Amino acid sequence: MTWLNEKERRIAGFAAIAFGVVALLPLVDQGYYLSISVNIVMYVVLCTAWTLFSGPTHYISLATAAFFGIGTYTVALGIDTVPFPLLLVIAALASGLLACVVGIATLRLSGIYFVIFTLGLAELVRQVVTWLQTNFSSSLGLYVFTDFGEKHIYWMLLGLAAIVYITGWLINRSRLGFAMQIIGNDETVAKHVGIDTARAKVILFIISGAFIGIVGAILAPRFSYVQPPSAFNPMISFQVVIMALLGGTKRIWGPLLGVIPFTILFDQVTAYFPNHTSFVIGIAFMAIVYLLPQGVLGRLEDLGRLRKRFRMVSAEEGNNP
Amino acid sequence: MSAAILSLDHATKAFGGLIAVNDLSFSLQDGELLGLIGPNGSGKTTVLNLISGALKPTSGSISLGGSEIAGQPAHKIARLGIARTFQLVRILPSLTAEQNVVAGGVFGHVRGWGVEAHERARALLERVGLGGRGDSPTSSMTYIDQKRLELARALAANPQVLLLDEWLAGLNPSELKIGIDLIRELRNDGISIIMVEHVMDAIRSLCDRCVVMSSGLKIADGDVHRVLADPEVIRAYLGDDHA
Repeated sequence: MTWLNEKERRIAGFAAIAFGVVALLPLVDQGYYLSISVNIVMYVVLCTAWTLFSGPTHYISLATAAFFGIGTYTVALGIDTVPFPLLLVIAALASGLLACVVGIATLRLSGIYFVIFTLGLAELVRQVVTWLQTNFSSSLGLYVFTDFGEKHIYWMLLGLAAIVYITGWLINRSRLGFAMQIIGNDETVAKHVGIDTARAKVILFIISGAFIGIVGAILAPRFSYVQPPSAFNPMISFQVVIMALLGGTKRIWGPLLGVIPFTILFDQVTAYFPNHTSFVIGIAFMAIVYLLPQGVLGRLEDLGRLRKRFRMVSAEEGNNP
Repeated sequence: MSAAILSLDHATKAFGGLIAVNDLSFSLQDGELLGLIGPNGSGKTTVLNLISGALKPTSGSISLGGSEIAGQPAHKIARLGIARTFQLVRILPSLTAEQNVVAGGVFGHVRGWGVEAHERARALLERVGLGGRGDSPTSSMTYIDQKRLELARALAANPQVLLLDEWLAGLNPSELKIGIDLIRELRNDGISIIMVEHVMDAIRSLCDRCVVMSSGLKIADGDVHRVLADPEVIRAYLGDDHA
């Protein structure tokens, strides 16, 4: 089997060029546009990592804030003693470990129980961290002083985004990806063709959680002062779900289509309606569920199918004048 | 007679107070085609579920080629070489026909991958009468084609034991003939098969032996023609007046 076919090579080339162009942004602007781009790339990675697991399994995880916060705290605790790249690795391992434990304990739960558990988990981790800090430390927060500017964070996130996409693509063409597709179709069949469904789901949850942890770690220098409410902010969990669903979770690049419009919209809303953000988010969520149940991606695919049918019809008419 | 490849020994399954399978023992010889029959609700599908691992037996033992499989999870049993079809056909709707078949030969008893797995899948589609249909979406397939597809998926695992749960149900007379011929070919190839079936013509023409269940109990076991003439069996199916 050839490693890449013609079409894949073209997509890879196009993606590499796109990444290259996007990476030049800090040379052009270091202000508002860079800042909002950091948000966009951050959510692209978070949503894509979330979709790696939740897309095929249809399990809605609200544990994003827990993994994110663990990554942030890893950096906050170790920044003075441990080199930053190593901290990223530790953040990935720590959040991956949490995902593993949570996965083994809860992936046998289905549907709503899993959602509630993951929401509770994020809150539990936050409370534990707060308790540890109030009892064993003099201050409630931790300072993160680094030489990193906005542009360094931006480049690191872009690099991570590339890794997430490549990982997702590799998973899709692996046995694990095929297993997830079968599980998403019919879990009973999956078990009877020999798939250890619990193990496959845990592996994917670990990969997803580890990436989210790395995002939290990269973002830590941006906070400067890390406190539990900002590191374990439940809003992150909800926004990731909304954006991923808005984009569409059937393909790896689906969330991208949701993150870009939503981040820009959210930025405008916080600028013009600073006191009503939750209200607007709620309405946006309902609008997505009602108007775009398959996300932007689903709408695009509908359009593609329509166009194909239209072309077939006109070709037939051409044959029978 | 050749050795038993699969045997159930006092297998019992209770759902609360309801005993669906009651102290059932029988064995399947290597290369044999065994019919498992009985009136509705007699526990036939539950027996298949116990063998395939979809359900755990409450007590008793099930062994495949001498090793105990009772209570193991379904994916482990599948890897040991037991494949099945389902009473209500279960197709993977978002996958193509070919991918549906490949799915059976990647994770289980056969662990193929890539071009070779797809070639095997195409050959199996050919064998069940779906040659050249590999790319068709499964949702638009007719009922018999979906059943053929499910059979091809089970065969992709190259199973030691194949469990067919009313595979012939719902087929029209001409489809039935095709279906019976197909199962006969599988038996001639030496696959050991247990078929749960209501279609008596199929049982008569195909099976070497059959086991009859009623209310969770085994009431007969032996040569098909002799068993079907057994007054006990006729009573279970048709009531006392006919016995």
